[in-house]
Amino acid sequence: MRTFGSPEFFFIFYALRWTLTLTAIAFVGGGLVGIALAVMRISSSKALRVATSAYMQFVQGLPLLILMFICYYAPSLFGFEVSAIAAAAVALTINSSAFLGAIWESALRAIPKAQWESADALALHPFKVLRFVIAPQAIRLAMPSTVGFLVQIIKQTSIASIIGFVEITRAGQLVSNATFDPLKSFLAVAAFYFAVCFPLTQLSLWLESRAAKRGAHA
Amino acid sequence: MLLPSHFHREVNMSVVVANDIRKSFGPLEVLKGVSLNVEAGEVIALIGRSGSGKSTFLRCLNGLETVDSGLIQIAGHAMSRKPAALRELRRDVGIVFQSYNLFPHLTAGENIMLAPVQVKGETKVAARDEAQRCLSMVGLGDRFDAYPDMLSGGQQQRVAIARSLAMRPKVLLFDEVTSALDPELTGEVLAVIEDLARQGMTMLLVTHEMGFARRVADRTIFMKDGIIHEGGPSAEFFTNPRTPELQAFLRSEIG
Repeated sequence: MRTFGSPEFFFIFYALRWTLTLTAIAFVGGGLVGIALAVMRISSSKALRVATSAYMQFVQGLPLLILMFICYYAPSLFGFEVSAIAAAAVALTINSSAFLGAIWESALRAIPKAQWESADALALHPFKVLRFVIAPQAIRLAMPSTVGFLVQIIKQTSIASIIGFVEITRAGQLVSNATFDPLKSFLAVAAFYFAVCFPLTQLSLWLESRAAKRGAHA
Repeated sequence: MLLPSHFHREVNMSVVVANDIRKSFGPLEVLKGVSLNVEAGEVIALIGRSGSGKSTFLRCLNGLETVDSGLIQIAGHAMSRKPAALRELRRDVGIVFQSYNLFPHLTAGENIMLAPVQVKGETKVAARDEAQRCLSMVGLGDRFDAYPDMLSGGQQQRVAIARSLAMRPKVLLFDEVTSALDPELTGEVLAVIEDLARQGMTMLLVTHEMGFARRVADRTIFMKDGIIHEGGPSAEFFTNPRTPELQAFLRSEIG
C-alpha cells in the first residue's frame, strides 16, 4: 500500500491539464455553436427559431451524465469505438452550447429594438448591424454570466471520470484506491478545482460590478 | 392604374412622392390614404394629436414601417421590401428619432463614422474628417471623443443629427426630435434644424413645436384620423385655419 505523498499529489496535478483541455474544448466548441444558436434564435425565420429552441430545451432537460453515456456508448451500436476524451468533449460541447446559446440569446434580446432600428435606418447590412452595434453591447452584458458558466464547465468536466477519462476527479479516485486515503486524495482534488475556479468567480463578480458602475461603455 | 396627368410631372420634380398610403396595425387602420409631394429644399411640418398617424407616415417613408398599399418614391428610389433595395434608399434618407438612439458603446465621433465607413466604404481618415465637420455643424466640434452617456439630451440629439448628416442624405426625417428633451434643451436642437433649413435641406418634421413649424416650415400638414385633414403654406395655415378641427387643435396646442 502507498501513502499519500508528493508523487500522488503530482499525479493529480498532471491530470489537471486534462481537466483544462476538456474545459477549453467545451468552452470554445460550445461557444461557437452557442453563437450560432443565439443568432438563429433571434432570426426572422420561424423554422430556425423553433428548431434551435427545441435543441436547446432538449439538451437543457438532459442530465450531463446521461448525455455523456449516450456519446460514449451510442457510437458502438453503429460499430464505432470512441475514446473517452472524444465522447466527453462532444457531450460537454453539446451541453455548453445549449446553455451559452441561452445566455447570449437573452443578451441579444436585452438590446433595445431602437438600436436595431436606428442601425437599419443608417443602411447598415444586417450582418454589420449585429457585428458593430448589437454584439458589442450584448457581449458586455453577457460577460459576467459567461465567465460564471465557464466555472460551471470546469466543474462539469468531473463527470467525464464516470466514463473512465483521467482528469483530476478520476485521478483522485485512482490515488484514493491506491492509498486508501480518500480524504487526502479528494481534498487535493478540491484544492485544485478551487484554485482554478476562485479567480474566475472573482473575475465574474468584478465584471458585474464594473458593468453596473460604468454603464454601456467599458 | 391610371394616374392623373399632373402626377407624372410631379414624380420628376419631387424629392418625396407619397400616393394614397394605407397602413393598418391589426384591425386598426392608422393611415387611410395619405398623399403628399415634397419638392427639393422644402421643409414640411407634420402636426396632429398622438394617434393621428403622423409618425407612422414618416416611418413609412424610409421603410421602418411597411405600407399595405400606395406608392412611395423618395430621393429617387421606389419603396421596396427587398432588403438590398431598401438599404440603397436609406443611404439617401436620414431619420432622427425622439429618443436619439445613439450607440452607447461608441463615442460621438464613432457613432457618426460608422455608416460612412461600413455602408459607403469611406476610409477611416476621410470619415473622421467628415464626422468632425458634421459635429462642428451641430456645435459639438469639441465632443468627438465623448460617449453618449456623458452628453446631455440636447447634445445627444445633435450628435444623432450629425450622424444622419454624415451620410449626406437627400431628405431628412425628424420624428418628434425634441419631445424627450427638457424645455431648456429644445432650443439648441431646433436651432440646428433651422440652420439646415437655411442651407436648403429637404426635411419632414413630425413636431409639437407650433411656433417652430410656423417659422421654419414652408408648409404645415395637419393629420387627423389617418388622413391629411388640412395643409398649406405655414403662414396661411396658422393664421387662417379653415377647418374647425384644425382651429380646435391649434387652440389646444397654442392656448
